[in-house]
Amino acid sequence: MTKPLLELIGVEKSFGPNHVLRGVDIDVAPGRSLVILGGSGSGKSVMLKNALGLMTPDAGKIVFDGEDVTHDQGKEREAMRARVGMLFQSGALFDSLTVWENVAFRLLNADKMKRSDAKDQAIETLKKVRLGASVADLRPAEISGGMQKRVALARAIITKPDLIFFDEPTTGLDPITADAINDLIIEQVKALGAAAVSITHDMASARKVADEIAMLYEGKIIWRGPASEIDHSGNDHVDQFVHGRADGPIQPAL
Amino acid sequence: MSDASTTSSGGFPNPLAWLGRGTLGLLSEIGRISIFSGRTGLAAFSPPWNLTQLWKQIVAIGFYSLPVVGLSAVFIGAALALNIYTGGNRFGAEQFVPNIVVLGITRELGATITGLMLAGRVTAGIAAEIGAMKVTEQIDALKTLSANPFRYLYAPRFLAAALTLPILVLVADIIGVMGGWLVSVYALDFDSTTYIRNTVDFLTMEDVSVGLIKAVIFGMVIALMGCYQGSKSSAGATGVGRAATLSMVGAAVLVLAANYVLSTFFVQIGI
Ligand SMILES: Nc1ncnc2c1ncn2[C@@H]1O[C@H](COP(=O)(O)OP(=O)(O)OP(=O)(O)O)[C@@H](O)[C@H]1O
Ligand SMILES: [Mg+2]
Repeated sequence: MTKPLLELIGVEKSFGPNHVLRGVDIDVAPGRSLVILGGSGSGKSVMLKNALGLMTPDAGKIVFDGEDVTHDQGKEREAMRARVGMLFQSGALFDSLTVWENVAFRLLNADKMKRSDAKDQAIETLKKVRLGASVADLRPAEISGGMQKRVALARAIITKPDLIFFDEPTTGLDPITADAINDLIIEQVKALGAAAVSITHDMASARKVADEIAMLYEGKIIWRGPASEIDHSGNDHVDQFVHGRADGPIQPAL
Repeated sequence: MSDASTTSSGGFPNPLAWLGRGTLGLLSEIGRISIFSGRTGLAAFSPPWNLTQLWKQIVAIGFYSLPVVGLSAVFIGAALALNIYTGGNRFGAEQFVPNIVVLGITRELGATITGLMLAGRVTAGIAAEIGAMKVTEQIDALKTLSANPFRYLYAPRFLAAALTLPILVLVADIIGVMGGWLVSVYALDFDSTTYIRNTVDFLTMEDVSVGLIKAVIFGMVIALMGCYQGSKSSAGATGVGRAATLSMVGAAVLVLAANYVLSTFFVQIGI
């Protein structure tokens, strides 16, 4: 088995009395696609933000490409982020910039690429998420929610990062576009050899893109296995989630 | 309300606990603002500079503030002339209106009025904009795209405010003096030529510089308060609104406090 590109070891994170992550252990290797399942509010987004260094874990370690990056700042942190792409759950597009400037943001700023070249590359990447050149000069506020999501996706993959986080990539998309996004994620992993960590509630998407599936529950990874085993995991929590039943061990906190 | 440590038996806040907590809160807030200001200053005074962003902010902060600054200044100058005339009348000193107007405007009112108006227009605007970026995860997105928010967002606003405030104050000085002249000539029967001659004779480079140096400091305060409150804005429209209000109040009070401190300093060194 190849060496993991990213490892989370015993990661804990609380907000006041709210103990969100209680010792998360997970890893992903280059060329592999990991899908994380978990109920709403279970801490999936918080886990990604800790992995990226947008939040600092209270305890535990984040290891990227063999280096402990948990408390990295400045140059070391930049070096890591240059190799990582992130699709935020909310899109997080810059509303003062046009669509293409959003997609090409890293090329224009960190990489100092010429604007005309950056724009060509942005339009090329927009095509991959099934958006035409006509949206390039619009502002994020002028396009639909699903289109914003895809623009954000284009921004996350434009530099062909080694590690990509997708926080609910297919939420809010029609089934055809969603499937195109699934293919795109697979292409990033299989053709470009990236490691992908996706969060999704969409089981069809999970089955299609995942090599491995893991489930986050009460701040820990309670199950992890090959995607093919998701239907016979032998874990009641996973079964309940996969079949979307309200009855079962997972009860909403009221 | 049910927190036992802050409420005494009667249900009123325990004043000592309240005072203690308030003081600690204030101290740590000052600490956080200082660190934030230090990091912004460092980003502002060291390369690389983001010139595109700087230019955008100069236009947003400087150019678009011209109307509000001009209008405020003309009314302040006019009211000042009127009041000095009435006050001076009591001991036959009406003829000093042009002198006191130009002194008051250049040393004091031009800068304070500009500072206060921009604490409203600019600080609240910056806080709302940065706050909205914070709560929609755009600041996190900036970081993941290797753009440092101190360089990309805060430093350009800081520099733009520090650079444009003196220009705005200069404009306020000119328009404020004009406001005084208008009232004096058209309402108080001053002779226009004499009024202008007295103004020019009494005007000194020192007085003007005092106002301009104050303006640089006010500009820094205005931008820093907006960026700081915005950057720690909590989620939702209420969070952003609160950040805008807090930043505006903070900037206005700090502008007035800084004005007093700077005035004392300039008097001490004899300017
Ligand atoms: N910045 C923050 N400050 C305080 N609490 C937070 C913060 N971010 C997240 N939380 C809390 O952490 C918990 C997990 O949030 P998170 O966004 O990770 O959920 P999630 O698993 O991504 O849910 P969803 O599927 O709905 O996106 C929630 O209880 C949330 O209130
Ligand atoms: Mg989430």
